[in-house]
Amino acid sequence: MSQVFDIDFGSHRKPRIVGIDLGTTNSLVAFLDLTGPKIIPGADGDLLTPSIVSYAEDGSVIAGNAARRLLIDQSERTVYSVKRLMGKGISDVKDEVKFFPFRIADGSESVIRLQLGGRAVTPPEVSAQVLAELKRNAEAYLGEPVTQAVITVPAYFNDAQRQATKDAGRIAGLDVLRLVNEPTAASLAYGLDKRRNGVVAVYDLGGGTFDISILRLHDGIFEVLATNGDTHLGGDDIDNRLMHIAFEDIAAEWGEDISHNGEAVQTLRQAVIAAKERLSYVPVTRIEFAFRGKTYQREITQELFEGLIKDIVDRTLSPCRQCIADSRVSVEEIDEVVMVGGSTRIPMVRRAVAALFKTKPHTELNPDEVVALGAAVQAGILSGEVQDTLLLDVTPLSLGIETMGGVVSKLIHRNSTIPASATEAFTTAVDGQRNVLIHVVQGERELVKDCRSLARFELNDIAPLPAGAARIEVRFLIDANGILNVSARDVRTGKEQSIEVKPSYGLSEEQVEAMILESVENAEDDFRERQVREARVEADAILGATEKARANDAWVELSDEQRAKVTAAVNRLLMVYHSEDHLLIRAKIEELNEATIALAETMMNTAVRGALKGTKV
Amino acid sequence: MEHPSQPDGGGVQSARCRQCGESSGGELFCAHCGSLQRPATDYYVFFGLKRVLVLDTEDLQRKFYELSRRLHPDRFTWKSAIERQYSLEATAILNDGYRVLRDPLMRAEYVLKQEGFDIGEQRSKDVPPELLEEVFDLNMALEELRLGDEEAHGQIEEARNRFLAMRESIDKELETLYRRFDDTQDRGVLQQVRTVLNRRRYVRNLVNEVEKELAREGQPAQ
Ligand SMILES: Nc1ncnc2c1ncn2[C@@H]1O[C@H](COP(=O)(O)OP(=O)(O)OP(=O)(O)O)[C@@H](O)[C@H]1O
Ligand SMILES: [Mg+2]
Ligand SMILES: [Zn+2]
Repeated sequence: MSQVFDIDFGSHRKPRIVGIDLGTTNSLVAFLDLTGPKIIPGADGDLLTPSIVSYAEDGSVIAGNAARRLLIDQSERTVYSVKRLMGKGISDVKDEVKFFPFRIADGSESVIRLQLGGRAVTPPEVSAQVLAELKRNAEAYLGEPVTQAVITVPAYFNDAQRQATKDAGRIAGLDVLRLVNEPTAASLAYGLDKRRNGVVAVYDLGGGTFDISILRLHDGIFEVLATNGDTHLGGDDIDNRLMHIAFEDIAAEWGEDISHNGEAVQTLRQAVIAAKERLSYVPVTRIEFAFRGKTYQREITQELFEGLIKDIVDRTLSPCRQCIADSRVSVEEIDEVVMVGGSTRIPMVRRAVAALFKTKPHTELNPDEVVALGAAVQAGILSGEVQDTLLLDVTPLSLGIETMGGVVSKLIHRNSTIPASATEAFTTAVDGQRNVLIHVVQGERELVKDCRSLARFELNDIAPLPAGAARIEVRFLIDANGILNVSARDVRTGKEQSIEVKPSYGLSEEQVEAMILESVENAEDDFRERQVREARVEADAILGATEKARANDAWVELSDEQRAKVTAAVNRLLMVYHSEDHLLIRAKIEELNEATIALAETMMNTAVRGALKGTKV
Repeated sequence: MEHPSQPDGGGVQSARCRQCGESSGGELFCAHCGSLQRPATDYYVFFGLKRVLVLDTEDLQRKFYELSRRLHPDRFTWKSAIERQYSLEATAILNDGYRVLRDPLMRAEYVLKQEGFDIGEQRSKDVPPELLEEVFDLNMALEELRLGDEEAHGQIEEARNRFLAMRESIDKELETLYRRFDDTQDRGVLQQVRTVLNRRRYVRNLVNEVEKELAREGQPAQ
């Protein structure tokens, strides 16, 4: 990428801005160095941080890879796919939460509260834990404090979902300088790498959301022509289909409904996801699931799978068609389609996209990483390190106000380049009226009830005048983050008019501030405790694995000496397990790791032999 | 009425710099200290264009990209809060203005509004007298179609083609009026533009309605 980058690191250093892809399934943090954007690995070397957060009984919290291990053992306290709950109320997600092993607390109408043991947390708080984990990884890697970030969001996110993401950043101690749309971020990474001019479509099907964007690239300007999508469509929905089948099979075979057992559900979910992902590469595979001594196996062919997900894939196509129509380019004018998101590895998805856009989609960029890389480029644009490149994005949804009879009057149309604004004059209906209420909604439908309520704005302290004499000009401005700002002016006096904002969904400013305070107070204690807990979780994992391995045929194939080494390492780890020194625990984990290398190799060979046998049925 | 023409675009609201108090030279960026000034809200002034109805859209796009590069909030990360605010406002006006000016119809409506013509209210309710008969026939055909009369289909397609042709000739008429206004800057011409625009809006709605009906008919019954 270096040849097209014009990076100016300047003489005086500016604070570093990182780019973050806060995904439904996985999150990543990236930064810009002299050669271009780079993903920052976590302590374990992984580039992807699972968007999973576990809340322990003692109040400590862990996020990322360590939390993934707790999905099964601590299923009712371990949160995943929380992005699907951001900016939502309980009535939006009724169908979905029946698959979640955790409870939704009362009072979740405008913000969902997850009841995790004695503690209720909101989606922005959960996301903040993922962000904090990425922040720590970046600080450890860069060796300096990281306080400023660009965070990506699905292009089709509405105002409340964007605001919730920004809140999450603030709770995590990050100044969110910009929210950037995921497909647009991907196009930045792609465009700088592969193409300077032309029309490009970005198709992004991830774990939880689907986005399509069409852009014109013009000498460093990335102008979004149109965007569309579905913020509730992705790999999770495919997983739920397979889960459904498995639940039914198991109910029939075992005479038992396991769908209410958190541990069983999570174990099965992992088996289902593994099978789904294998199916992208092989024509047939098996879901294999064992629970309390019972086993369930089911063969899944690609053909069966495709029948199962056809309507999900189809549901991505009508947003694509709408997007093409809105962009005012013909399919023939679209030079390339860039594929983003893990679910675009599914062959059927690729075929459908190729057929619709009449071109072979680009799959050579790593679909997991390209969004984060683009976020780092946008961070570089903001910091001034990247010159000559500019992103012009659009608002995905029309913005309107409620008028008589529950009809929407549109003020800013979807696909308007942002920042965008509209000004509307309001007056009073009766003599001496002091307040005017404005109901703002987002969406494309004609009636308020079919759109998404965004907020109610109340103009207060209007001077008492005869009906219709007051004249208040309200300015609606969507900023570069896609978030609405409202201001009002009394035209007669020229003075600023006071407005009270009542968001329909999401946290209030006071709530966010209280959460920030709490997180700062807890940060230090948390940090020590977390490290100890993470070390213990890891110890559990390796001890458990070793215990299982001892029952494996491979154990007897080892020499006496090898076996003694393993046993000794296990004992040494158990001795330090309850110490408060995470470094000590980690050192012993490392020793056990070493000691079990031979065992792992032998097991691998046995497993391969077993697997080969297995495929010949 | 006077409309200063600034070839580079970027009119401002006040000639005195908000940052340093010196004369800003009427430029978006103060001639003295270089800080961003509060932008003008009139789209023509903002883009530095004469108030004309026929615009070179390629030139407009070039200006839009150029001004975007200079004004976009991305360029103001480390600047003062007031400059960041101006950048946000300026970019909103730039984007709103570009959206309006690049479209000949929205552009004409904008000029009408700026010149004090009322265009919003009666939008498309009153049938322009010269279309009365046409609309009456169309409504009959639509009604027959809904009642299952197959022959009505042909009539409706014919109607659509007539409306499309009508729209085309209206656009030609508008184009001529635009040029006349640009040459004369005569308010009387704007009055005519307003009448023709109303007719066009009406015809557009008819086309939409007919196409919706034809599309619905194309769908297999559920
Ligand atoms: N080989 C594969 N075949 C099918 N699906 C896959 C494959 N690899 C990953 N996935 C799926 O991709 C999804 C994760 O993709 P990705 O990491 O792009 O999502 P995300 O960025 O976390 O989510 P989103 O962008 O929707 O917020 C998961 O549902 C995962 O199961
Ligand atoms: Mg993603
Ligand atoms: Zn100045």
